[in-house]
Amino acid sequence: MRRILVAIKRVIDFNVRVRVRPDGAGVVTDGVKMSINPFDEIALEEAIRIRERGLADEVVAASLGPDEIQAQLRSALAMGADRAILVRSELALEPPAVARALLALVSRESPFLVILGKQAIDDDCNQTGQMLAALWERPQATFASKLELSDGAARVTREVDAGLETIEVELPAVVTTDLRLNEPRFLKLPDIMKAKKKPLDVIELKALDVDATPMLKVLRYEPPAQRQKGVMVRDAAELVVALRQKGLV
Amino acid sequence: MNRILVVAEHAGGKLNASTAKCVSCAAAIPNAEITVVVLAAEGAEVAAAAAVLAGVAKVLLVKNPANEPVLAAVLAPQLARVATGCSHVLGPSTTFGKDLMPRVAALLDAPQISDVMAVESATRFRRPVYAGNAIATVEAPAGRTLVATVRTASFQAAGKGGPAPVEQAAVDATLPRHTRFVSVSAAASDRPDLQTAARVVSGGRALGSKENFALIERLAQRLGAAVGASRAAVDAGYAPNELQVGQTGKIIAPELYLAIGISGAIQHLTGIKDARTIVAINKDAEAPIFEVADFGLVGDLFAIIPELEKQL
Repeated sequence: MRRILVAIKRVIDFNVRVRVRPDGAGVVTDGVKMSINPFDEIALEEAIRIRERGLADEVVAASLGPDEIQAQLRSALAMGADRAILVRSELALEPPAVARALLALVSRESPFLVILGKQAIDDDCNQTGQMLAALWERPQATFASKLELSDGAARVTREVDAGLETIEVELPAVVTTDLRLNEPRFLKLPDIMKAKKKPLDVIELKALDVDATPMLKVLRYEPPAQRQKGVMVRDAAELVVALRQKGLV
Repeated sequence: MNRILVVAEHAGGKLNASTAKCVSCAAAIPNAEITVVVLAAEGAEVAAAAAVLAGVAKVLLVKNPANEPVLAAVLAPQLARVATGCSHVLGPSTTFGKDLMPRVAALLDAPQISDVMAVESATRFRRPVYAGNAIATVEAPAGRTLVATVRTASFQAAGKGGPAPVEQAAVDATLPRHTRFVSVSAAASDRPDLQTAARVVSGGRALGSKENFALIERLAQRLGAAVGASRAAVDAGYAPNELQVGQTGKIIAPELYLAIGISGAIQHLTGIKDARTIVAINKDAEAPIFEVADFGLVGDLFAIIPELEKQL
């Protein structure tokens, strides 16, 4: 069975304007829409397309956290994942713990490819994929904007500061997605209905025998410092005068 | 004493400007003893450039032909060796550091704090989360190695000092062969580098086409500025990905930033909030970019850009 494992995270929907709680203990989550991390949605889309091209047999979506994540896993199944795994935990998990748990899933599922977002839009860590690759002792191809599979290898174009870099990695490997890899499909109602019948397994994190003890502690959250709104100028001439006065041009 | 290892970023025999920013971050940690490690095929020039950064006590040069072109999977095991016994291992929040540092952290069984924007103590740091909509103060455990990436726009480059001694180090680590560099395609440019330029002119979706985006390039040329782009402009194919400014692109802190035809999505604003002076030109007076701009000009960019060129 040629299998792709896709790791997804449940995050505050990217359209929500995130606000820090007055007590500084976190951000406002009450009544806030939750979604699949957009980068993970791209990962899932890529995996489904690979299967649709006949280069994989099965796409497994996995996530870690509380039971509520089942909603996002059902969305993943509606998008086209064949089955889903929830690794249940009430702990707030840090990237090293997530990477260890994913490694445990990797040893159960033996995927030839693990695809996940380059970062989650909540903690913005950008760590999990690289950590999993290190623990697995396998290649990593981060920030992918193009993924081509050939016999036993993947050729990945990466968005790097210098431009576009292409590397070749032997499989199995970990790929993390950037925004321009693909545009995820929209969910269709019949697929949402069908997804209810697809398998969704629940495993307790404890059963994976993974050390998930947090190492870091967030002491407080604060809103960012705001820039002062400046002045409006009438035309280009006035703008140039203003910039000259400040010695900027 | 905090033994801090800073990972040098370099290409083509030149030290990347991000390294001097990381050294400044390291120097902000109390009782810092800073070593810069250069992993290179040759690296003598890079090591010499790192040795004259103020605050650096020592440069370690680890030579191996496998070290260039850079592959995180090849560098990580060597770095993990060198980092043994260090209190902190710092790398830049560039795509180089973002790719490499978590792999090192996992090998060291260490926690990582990403995008450090301020140092409060040897174990306490501030970093942006939720695309910069919140700032988290994070406490790391004392007495174990901490890996961190440094948000370079938050730190001034370290000045000239030293020179510190350069030592060659032999590292005994098994290097994987499962990853191969194929190519890198970057548009050759005589423009200033986007991440270090004092002036940046960025264009957005309102430019409307790749051809029109040349207006931004011409204005940048006139100002001796680097060219940037919003995510929308890159997605639309008006500009290449390496010009993207914002949360998922480059985070920059120029003296002067001109945002032209950019509405100012939060992802974009996160990338420019440390700019000294922001100028916004947009036809929509309600665009969020005006909330953060020092100078705002409402109008048609196709009329304003030629006018600006005439005035400058």
